[in-house]
Amino acid sequence: MELMSNLADGFAIALTWQNLLLALLGCFLGTVMGALPGLGPSNGVAILIPLAFTLGLGATPSLILLTSVYYGAMYGGRISSILLNIPGDEPAMMTCLDGYPMAQKGLAGEALSLSGIASFIGAFLATWGLILLAPQLVKIALLFGPAEYFALFALAFMTLGGVSSTNQAKSAFAAALGLGLATIGVDTQTGVPRFTFGEVHLYDGLDFLVAIVGLFALSEVFIFLENRHGGTADKSKLRLGRLYPPMSMVKACMPTMLRTSFLGFLAGVLPGAGASLGSFISYSMEKRLVDKEKTFGTGDPRGLAAPEAGNNAAAGGALVPMLALGVPGSGTTAVLLAVLLSLNITPGPLLFTQNPDVVWGLIAALFIANFMLLAMNIPMVGIFTRVLMIPSRILMPIVAMVSFVGIYGISGSSFDLMVMIGFGVMGWVLRKFDVPLVPIILGTLLGNSMENNLRRAVTIDNGNWWTLVDTPLAMTLWAIAIIGFVLPLLIGARVKAGMRLKKDQEGAISD
Amino acid sequence: MSNRIFGVVGMILAFGYVFAALAIEESFLSDAVGPKAFPLIIAAVLGISSAIIALRPDAEPDWPSLGRLTEIAAAVVVMLIYAKLLPVAGFVLATACAAAYLTWRLGSGPAEAVAVGAGTSVGIYAVFHLILGLSLARGPWGF
Repeated sequence: MELMSNLADGFAIALTWQNLLLALLGCFLGTVMGALPGLGPSNGVAILIPLAFTLGLGATPSLILLTSVYYGAMYGGRISSILLNIPGDEPAMMTCLDGYPMAQKGLAGEALSLSGIASFIGAFLATWGLILLAPQLVKIALLFGPAEYFALFALAFMTLGGVSSTNQAKSAFAAALGLGLATIGVDTQTGVPRFTFGEVHLYDGLDFLVAIVGLFALSEVFIFLENRHGGTADKSKLRLGRLYPPMSMVKACMPTMLRTSFLGFLAGVLPGAGASLGSFISYSMEKRLVDKEKTFGTGDPRGLAAPEAGNNAAAGGALVPMLALGVPGSGTTAVLLAVLLSLNITPGPLLFTQNPDVVWGLIAALFIANFMLLAMNIPMVGIFTRVLMIPSRILMPIVAMVSFVGIYGISGSSFDLMVMIGFGVMGWVLRKFDVPLVPIILGTLLGNSMENNLRRAVTIDNGNWWTLVDTPLAMTLWAIAIIGFVLPLLIGARVKAGMRLKKDQEGAISD
Repeated sequence: MSNRIFGVVGMILAFGYVFAALAIEESFLSDAVGPKAFPLIIAAVLGISSAIIALRPDAEPDWPSLGRLTEIAAAVVVMLIYAKLLPVAGFVLATACAAAYLTWRLGSGPAEAVAVGAGTSVGIYAVFHLILGLSLARGPWGF
């Protein structure tokens, strides 16, 4: 079995003291960040990227650290959903529906541990899904030429637009804005400067890390300043009660968890969907399927297990297109892509043949992180509930300052800090207008390779633009892209109205 | 109304982008596509989507009161000053001031703000510089 030997190699890489320690640190920080309202997986990972660089970590260790944060945040999001009825991050918003009523009935501890188990099952199965599906996708991706890659990037933007915003025009706007920002700097093919307006700092282009940290982390600080939410949680709500759920409850929820893990994984693999959609459709499906007595929404354990298994499975699923194709399926995986690009590793089919150590080491680390998270999130969940006591008037300045430190640590220039502040303001304004931020990030990340593939394809065919839709593979991709863009216009409004119902302003960065 | 303004600003941005793209000097050695084509495609998408936003506006976003807006503007100014002064004043002092300001504006009392500001700054310095070895801005005193 090639797969098993690959996996064994991966464990050999992941099981060093350094990597285990990094995974532990990542899981801990991730759970904390997921639990705190206002710090979701994407900005959590974003502010930690500079840390990974300045520690001088190699590719595999940095990825282990950051994906542990990512998985951890998916676990952590549920804590404040259940205890406070405030989603810790956006994917956790569906967890409020049944989690909070359970806590009100005095079952907070049981709700937390049950959702921990659900998270574990979702993430565990999704990691297996990643192992099985990614190599198959790689086989298809090896057939891709430049024209197909261009179509694939277009597909990512169009389907992302389809689900991430209520207004397609706004997501198209966001994607164009991001791609436009990516064109700033010296043209890689001909060496002429573009859109630099004579500013030497811009010749290298905008650093996408600066854009990411500004758009995600700083805009969050502005949102808090606007609402002046400086307070802290109500202490009386943080009482847990019994920590372990009765076996019968776990057993009753098991079919739900298995079904929603599968569904969530699929939602995660689709480009642009991400964990929020995963938890949403998981909850809706289970409600339709098993809610015979109309108990969903009143503290039904199955209604709690469904979205948690779904969003954690989607988190694993979103890694599939990111690793196999280099096209992230969600906001947080876009940030992880930024990490890879900064480390000079190009994800995609070649990653699996050229850097198998990175891929399999990462996968092994995901398994390890999952067990660590299960341990952290059931017996030790009390530690994390205490984190919720930190008032945001103290937390948000720390977030802002760590963002500054990170960016300054990478570039050492005040100019980049100014650009980051600019992105922070832009992010705030765009969030007010409900313009999704993820397409902007994706645009700045993928802009250059999208343009290069376009130019390569057309140049190979002597300037014939029709080459872009010449092969069946390319045509299929374009067809999916168009369906992905148009379909939500027809049926999406209903789905999204449901998703937005529970959405609060502070968790508004979509994953 | 805000959405219409937003759309119009987007259209102006798209036009500006087109002009800047057309002004790119092409090198004599160029591929079949050249450096202008891709920016022009993007400008088209940007322009069309902005036009749609302007013509079919969403519901009005919920703007904060003027007081809150000045709050954000003030925070931006403080951050810009922070970015400028960081290499001059050194990390610890600049960060303590900026963090204290933000903490104060988010609702702490003055004494708490100063304490939190100093604590944040020294804490970050200890973790990131002393333990992790990240190079931070050095002021006149070396920290």
